[in-house]
Amino acid sequence: MQSVSVVGIGQTKVKEHWDRSLRELAVQAILGAMQDARVDHADALYVGNMLSGELTAQENLGALIADAVGLRGIEALKVEAACGSGGAALRAGYLAIASGEYDVVIVAGAEKLTESSNCYATASLAMAADADYEAIHGISFVALNALLMRRYMHEYDLVPEDFAAFSINAHANAAHNPYAMFPAPITLAQYQRARPVSEPISVMDSAPMGDGAAALVLMPTERLNGNRNRAVKIAASAVATDALALHARRDPLWFGAVELSAKKAYAQAGVTPQEIDLFEVHDAFSIMSVMSLEAAGLAERGRGAYLAREGEIGIQGRVPISTMGGLKARGHPVGATGVYQAVEVVQQLRGEAGKNQVPNAHIGMAQSLGGVAANAVTHIFVN
Amino acid sequence: MDLARHWRLKDQRYRLEGTVCAECGAKFFPPRQVCTECKSTNLKPHEFAGRGELYSFTTVSAPPSGHEEFVPYIVGMVKLDEGPLVEAQITDVNPADVKIGQRVEMVTRKLRAYGDDGVIVYGYKFRPIVNGS
Ligand SMILES: [Zn+2]
Repeated sequence: MQSVSVVGIGQTKVKEHWDRSLRELAVQAILGAMQDARVDHADALYVGNMLSGELTAQENLGALIADAVGLRGIEALKVEAACGSGGAALRAGYLAIASGEYDVVIVAGAEKLTESSNCYATASLAMAADADYEAIHGISFVALNALLMRRYMHEYDLVPEDFAAFSINAHANAAHNPYAMFPAPITLAQYQRARPVSEPISVMDSAPMGDGAAALVLMPTERLNGNRNRAVKIAASAVATDALALHARRDPLWFGAVELSAKKAYAQAGVTPQEIDLFEVHDAFSIMSVMSLEAAGLAERGRGAYLAREGEIGIQGRVPISTMGGLKARGHPVGATGVYQAVEVVQQLRGEAGKNQVPNAHIGMAQSLGGVAANAVTHIFVN
Repeated sequence: MDLARHWRLKDQRYRLEGTVCAECGAKFFPPRQVCTECKSTNLKPHEFAGRGELYSFTTVSAPPSGHEEFVPYIVGMVKLDEGPLVEAQITDVNPADVKIGQRVEMVTRKLRAYGDDGVIVYGYKFRPIVNGS
């Protein structure tokens, strides 16, 4: 296996892009990444996307986007792992370089959620769960997370306000990210007043649906040439799974896939959880941040919420998370999200994160989850 | 609407039929082809009694399309007396009276209707047990 580095990044703002198609968003992000990497070709393209078929009646995104971006002829595929599709696409791109198969690979994530009605998008997102035993009962994706949050609060004797710091942190960080969907801070009072979606989850615990695309250019670390000074190495790439349905898990309050993929990643990178300088966590819901921090070994079981309450997750904290706004405030274009996370870690490790710069950032982790952590893709980057 | 798909699930939807591992005795709902405990493929049908206690619950007010009819509705996870968890709607109860740990039992209800023909899919929901356990 050869070492893999990220040499270029690109992203569009996350928002309701009424005026732009899925392919236009993808092309904009990819051209940005290619320009950043100073490459004009690639051997392969992997596109992370969850719902293009369902919401825009368009599959076969590999061929569509490769051609649209001027790379007609290259290997190109769509990679799907529900909300973890972006991380899974990066995994595919990583393997294509690490294996020695290719020298320049583009990884893109693109999603267009606002092409359909909200109810339809809600039904489509529920496809990340078990169709025959969860979705048929009308259990939305938010509701699945609400079931976990309610039980978590019950077992650990918490109230919704104990989760507020995650949302407040994400919005504070998004305020300085020009690509974020909601670039404005929020207060505790706003969190407390927020409209419930599926109790105990409110809109302030939930990442917003948005459209967007992000892209990375990968190359072998040994052949970086002129790109060496801004390159960021991928020190670990690991995927693990859990039972898809919540009811099939031995312990629904433990993200087994997160634990397995994080442990594999720490071992590959030769680092301990304590050495991670920043963590782009899959904060689709506050409860997901809490349970991910615990399963990834960054908080004791039952203590994930305290990490936030005690101020440890801020830019200056011990475990900075959602440093550019996270899914909560940068926005969550589902299949693109994992690529946004990787782009943001690269910004941090290049020292290009502006007002959100984590001091002395050398080791960054991004984790992309599919479904309610049925699929966990963990990447560790080092500069 | 996929008629065959719903017909195929009739034993699960109407009778809560899962499986029991003939090798190690582990019980599963929904049914499995491979035992999670011992990897045996020798699993037999097993009908669950349909009673248990509420593990967690929430309310859906922004429904997935196709589920608008019962909004707002309560969904929950039920820990069956035989062990497995099952996800379903919680019915016949005032939302304010739903509590983690309360005893519930299976009932057969309309889950949803499909398309212009309005073909109805029936299946299990759970309701609080009023008297005794
Ligand atoms: Zn067995």
